[in-house]
Amino acid sequence: MAKVKRDKNERVLSIRDLSISFKTNFGVVKAIRGVRLDLFQGETIAIVGESGSGKSVTVKTMMGILDSNGVIDSGSIVYTCKEKDGTINKYDLVKMSQKDIRYKLCGKHIAMVFQDPMTSLDPTMQIGKQIMEPILEHENVPKSEAAARALALLDEVGITEPEKCFRQYPHELSGGMRQRVVIAIALACDPDILICDEPTTALDVTIQAKILEKIKEIQTKKNISVIYITHDLGVVAKVADYVAVMYAGRIVEKGKINEVFYDPRHPYTWGLLSSMPDIDTDSHRLFAIPGSPPNLMEEIVGDAFAPRNPYALNIDYREAPPMYDVGGQHRVASWLCDPHAPKVELPEELKVRIAKMKKEAGIDE
Amino acid sequence: MSEKKLLLKVEGLKQYFPVGRKKVTKAVDGISFEIYEGETYGLVGESGSGKSTTGRSIIRLYEPTGGKIIFDGHDISGKLSKEDERYLRTNMAMIFQDPMACLNPRKKVKQIIAEGLEIHGLCKSQEEIDQKVNDVLDKVGLSREQATRFPHQFSGGQRQRVGIARALVMNPKLVIADECISALDVSIQAQVVNLMKDIQDEMGTTYLFIAHDLSMVKYISDRIGVMHLGHIVETGTTDEIFANPIHPYTKSLLSAIPHPNPIVEKQRKAITYNKDEEGVDYTAGHEHVLTETHRVLATDEEFARWSGQAA
Repeated sequence: MAKVKRDKNERVLSIRDLSISFKTNFGVVKAIRGVRLDLFQGETIAIVGESGSGKSVTVKTMMGILDSNGVIDSGSIVYTCKEKDGTINKYDLVKMSQKDIRYKLCGKHIAMVFQDPMTSLDPTMQIGKQIMEPILEHENVPKSEAAARALALLDEVGITEPEKCFRQYPHELSGGMRQRVVIAIALACDPDILICDEPTTALDVTIQAKILEKIKEIQTKKNISVIYITHDLGVVAKVADYVAVMYAGRIVEKGKINEVFYDPRHPYTWGLLSSMPDIDTDSHRLFAIPGSPPNLMEEIVGDAFAPRNPYALNIDYREAPPMYDVGGQHRVASWLCDPHAPKVELPEELKVRIAKMKKEAGIDE
Repeated sequence: MSEKKLLLKVEGLKQYFPVGRKKVTKAVDGISFEIYEGETYGLVGESGSGKSTTGRSIIRLYEPTGGKIIFDGHDISGKLSKEDERYLRTNMAMIFQDPMACLNPRKKVKQIIAEGLEIHGLCKSQEEIDQKVNDVLDKVGLSREQATRFPHQFSGGQRQRVGIARALVMNPKLVIADECISALDVSIQAQVVNLMKDIQDEMGTTYLFIAHDLSMVKYISDRIGVMHLGHIVETGTTDEIFANPIHPYTKSLLSAIPHPNPIVEKQRKAITYNKDEEGVDYTAGHEHVLTETHRVLATDEEFARWSGQAA
């Protein structure tokens, strides 16, 4: 497969053939089954999928916070980082111990924003102190400087009265403010990679838009790479440059956002796009993907999506599809993209919707 | 509208909560709306706007501070008589947000669903209860074998189906769905919303649908009420709200809905609305009637300004 460089930028993270399983009392759960993904400097990628598709597990591994019963079966996650003095270091996160990842990389180079801002803040600690904590931990700076930086960060994430907020406790803030504080903590040590695990699901739509715009603004200013984990395609459309759709521990479709949204190829992506409520259409029934995700405890033969897929071919039940290159950076794991496969048309409703989306966006067919 | 039968009428409902010794939180501050039989009324707003409190006050999980609630001819505000309470409990049901937290983990699904029937003594025999539970399970798309399982053995979408089954087993006239899809995945959300619509078509159930996701509300609702800080700032049919929003808060809510269209979405900026900056005082405003169904809460001056902007 010819490698197309997405931008002239450098690759900061490359995941290759990652497989992770969890040992439970009831058997082994194969949560991740061969994931390959790249992240470039300054880029935003979004990992989309249902709960249980393995998106959170993937990023937890990067942070070294995989649950204790998790085992990395194979693969590598290579993180390339530029130190402040200009030397370039490569770390294979799979070979490092969790402790090492936490001491050397977490916070400093890779930072994470969690879903629920209330549970990720310490309720007994003042906001300012919580932001200073990572700075004092990772960098050898006096307290006064850390405090000054914390104040600047609060201002940067859009908190109107940083001095007042500095001395407040988490319970005194609203949900949106708390999430801003969490983002400030994540940004405290100027990380290269910011991982946002469903950063806005716990928030209202109005605040969600503001937070997303803020993250984007900071990203362009600091040129950091962002990984979003979400199941909301609206959020993806707003922020991402590159999308990876995950299903049952595998990436089923990935590509530039425009490639995936305007020319989806995998039936699962079709289903996801169709089930998004669209405020402009007048249809009175939502499309729903039938059935529910497979149980990863059992060995999956063939394509994991086949039982829920109305377009499934015979081979889907026997063999898992390889990644097909469908042009540009668009890759799809579906037998439908095989040259021998019968031609399958997009569902009518989705076709209409995509045509309308293209018209709105001003793209000609 | 007028030929439809009025099912629920809420008039000046107030729900205050004491905070400390002197302070009072006015969670719901004098709202009025009505729901007709067989329709779906969507209540939207941000967290803290009092939409859940409204639902809970109507089903009397709280004691309303003031105002009147008339449900199918029965006054269910103030002290409930035994008769009215029984009528309320058997004819109004609620679906809660978190499907795990609202199901008793130590009871089998069948017991959970049958509990209401048993408490109210609506069935004469065990067979009748079984029959009713099986019927409702079929309706929500769960198999009968699954009735003997415990809640933790189900996935999120299935649990929410159990929640719906529990609400429907009494054959209620009104179902209050409090953020019942927010905790679910997108593809499962669609399944649950479709299920609720099918049940409505079949049984003629009326829904009060509480949510903060306007795009979902659009799919399911006939009429929408937009709440902000304990007031309904705008109410109207779904088309009126989406095509001709008057109140700036409604506009900001509409603009905040993300569209799954990357090129358009990347350039769009959400409209922000700040009540204090705009100098809006909800208590000073009164209802302006645009059409028979479309009403906006505003002072005369605000109304002139906002509707001028809309035109």
